[in-house]
Amino acid sequence: MAAVATRDIVKKFGEVTAVNGISLNVPNGEFMVLLGPSGCGKTTFLRIICGLERQTSGDLLIGGDLVNDIPPRARGVAMMFQSYGLYPHFTVRHNIAFPLKTQGVPRAEIGRKVEWASQLLGIGHLLDRRPRQLSGGERQRVALARALVRQPTALLLDEPLSNLDAKLRTSARQEIKQFQQRVGVTTVYVTHDQVEAMGMGDRIAVIDRGQVRQVGTPSEIYDNPADRFVATFVGAPPMNIVARNGSYLGFRPENFLPKDMVKDAAFTEFQFRVDRSEYLGSERIVYGVLEGFDAKEVVTAKLPPAHVAEEWIRPGEWHPFAVRDAALRHFDNDGKRTSRR
Amino acid sequence: MVAIADSVPKPVARFRFILDRRNVLGSIMIAPAILYVLLLVGVPFLMAVYYSLSAYTIYDPSWSFVGLANFEDVVQDPVFQQTLYNTFIFTFGSQMLGLILGKFGALVLLRPFPGRKFVRALVILPWAVPIALATVAWQWMFDSLYSVINWTLIALGVVTRSQAPNWLGTPHLAMLSVIVVNAWRFFPFAIVIFLAGITAVPQDVLDAATVDGAGFWRRNYQIIMPMILPIVAIGLVFGIVFTFTDLSIVFLMTMGGPVGATSVLGFAGFQTGIVSGDVSHGAAISLFMLPVLFIVVVAMLRFIRRREV
Ligand SMILES: Nc1ncnc2c1ncn2[C@@H]1O[C@H](COP(=O)(O)OP(=O)(O)OP(=O)(O)O)[C@@H](O)[C@H]1O
Ligand SMILES: [Mg+2]
Repeated sequence: MAAVATRDIVKKFGEVTAVNGISLNVPNGEFMVLLGPSGCGKTTFLRIICGLERQTSGDLLIGGDLVNDIPPRARGVAMMFQSYGLYPHFTVRHNIAFPLKTQGVPRAEIGRKVEWASQLLGIGHLLDRRPRQLSGGERQRVALARALVRQPTALLLDEPLSNLDAKLRTSARQEIKQFQQRVGVTTVYVTHDQVEAMGMGDRIAVIDRGQVRQVGTPSEIYDNPADRFVATFVGAPPMNIVARNGSYLGFRPENFLPKDMVKDAAFTEFQFRVDRSEYLGSERIVYGVLEGFDAKEVVTAKLPPAHVAEEWIRPGEWHPFAVRDAALRHFDNDGKRTSRR
Repeated sequence: MVAIADSVPKPVARFRFILDRRNVLGSIMIAPAILYVLLLVGVPFLMAVYYSLSAYTIYDPSWSFVGLANFEDVVQDPVFQQTLYNTFIFTFGSQMLGLILGKFGALVLLRPFPGRKFVRALVILPWAVPIALATVAWQWMFDSLYSVINWTLIALGVVTRSQAPNWLGTPHLAMLSVIVVNAWRFFPFAIVIFLAGITAVPQDVLDAATVDGAGFWRRNYQIIMPMILPIVAIGLVFGIVFTFTDLSIVFLMTMGGPVGATSVLGFAGFQTGIVSGDVSHGAAISLFMLPVLFIVVVAMLRFIRRREV
């Protein structure tokens, strides 16, 4: 196990710049999530770390050693692919054993380690099957076992849950996280699903168009987004951003409440016209516009339905809403958050 | 009157839709193929069986039944034993060589390089050129006097002029020559098979193998080859069947010589049955292909089925 660090990694595919200068430090044992929209370069970045792709420029360090010129098999990192990449002609046992065989591990030890990895992931009863005889969730575990069996320096996971259904995804999320904590392996986890990112990451790196926008713990990312991109990418519904005096004001929908529900002394009041509302059981999402702001800037409010009666928010009505000043975020003209709250 | 006649469907109208019926259309579509097989394969085959059990020659066209006597004669003939052995060597030698050439050809053609499309088109040539034409060209290349191969070897200083090999005049070299020509003819087919197989291996699987520590050779022989084995085996079945029954290359290049060193079953059957007119023995020789091919094909198909589970 080792720390992974990158310094100004750039990757160009001809005209396309897939990764545009990423510097990232992942300390030993950390669960780092790379979060970003489709096509932002996440997979490319992972492939550079494991050596499947050579960066155009920049340095990669694993465990403090420069590994730019070291081939994939000598880097000792394991990667789990989006579609798992299991070997269809091998049994599960043979699949898990393969990374050990390539390293010339003695036969008896291979048996022991395969046993260990399959126990860890609860797939002991599947060892003699072939991948096509497994369900999606089972395949995912086999792929994970194969990645872990040689105790890699770092574990790279590329959207490992995207092939699973919603229910399985929730339980698999738990499993991977618990399991990573138990083994303590440095992990880089790629996803474009912010729920996964928030729930699993020790830290999250938000990536957009090949660049890191912000690195931080889930709460830092959520509460203090570094710029408008992060603010609107993380959170569902995203942070409201409205233009005011040449800069931007941001506030989360759950902080945008009817005025009498705001308990703080310091707050900013808005007149809110309700256009439409959605009832989602535990919450109600209300869409509308603010008085004195551009009518094209749709603002959302997330209300606890238990406290706000349905009759109260009929479409077309104006209501006094407010945001605690502590929950207001300011962004400058370029979209960067200004230090002033 | 007119109105009543119109409301009754005419038989012609019903017949017009007969091609819309799946089973009828299917039968019509497959009929030419079945007819072709029955007339051009089935009838000659039955005739061959019939001849092989009789004492029929073109000089004495009697249909007298002699049981398995012809087969006994043939099996005990050392020339036939040599021929059977030659057929195996010829078939497996040329298939092996063809597979190796095909594998490497496919690996080369998978990498992008300038002019790859042109080379890909060119590679199909041995297959497309009429075999008679190609064999004549090869015959000149192996010719005892004009051999380009020998000239090259002499120019490179590998052999001297007096030691230069007589390709078609020495038993082992003659066998090697016909094997080379047959492999040359088959390797484009092998390349196509390998290319189809290799490009069907998912990139994720190859990437996983690379990250799991497999180098070029291990990826090739532990991942790619086992994964494409079923499709390669199908190609090999075709190759074996065609080569085992082939006589054209031997006929055109060596006439089975020198002294029967390159005689194969198809050629020997033709020589005995048609050229010498001993139809019954010729038929018996040819029928030896059947059990051998049957065993080979069944074994390979079983192997493929097992791999695909
Ligand atoms: N081999 C390649 N050749 C050319 N362009 C490529 C190649 N691989 C990736 N790209 C481009 O680089 C950019 C980043 O791709 P990448 O696969 O890293 O995105 P991603 O963040 O993983 O997206 P997703 O979430 O959809 O998987 C994309 O614009 C893609 O088109
Ligand atoms: Mg991706």
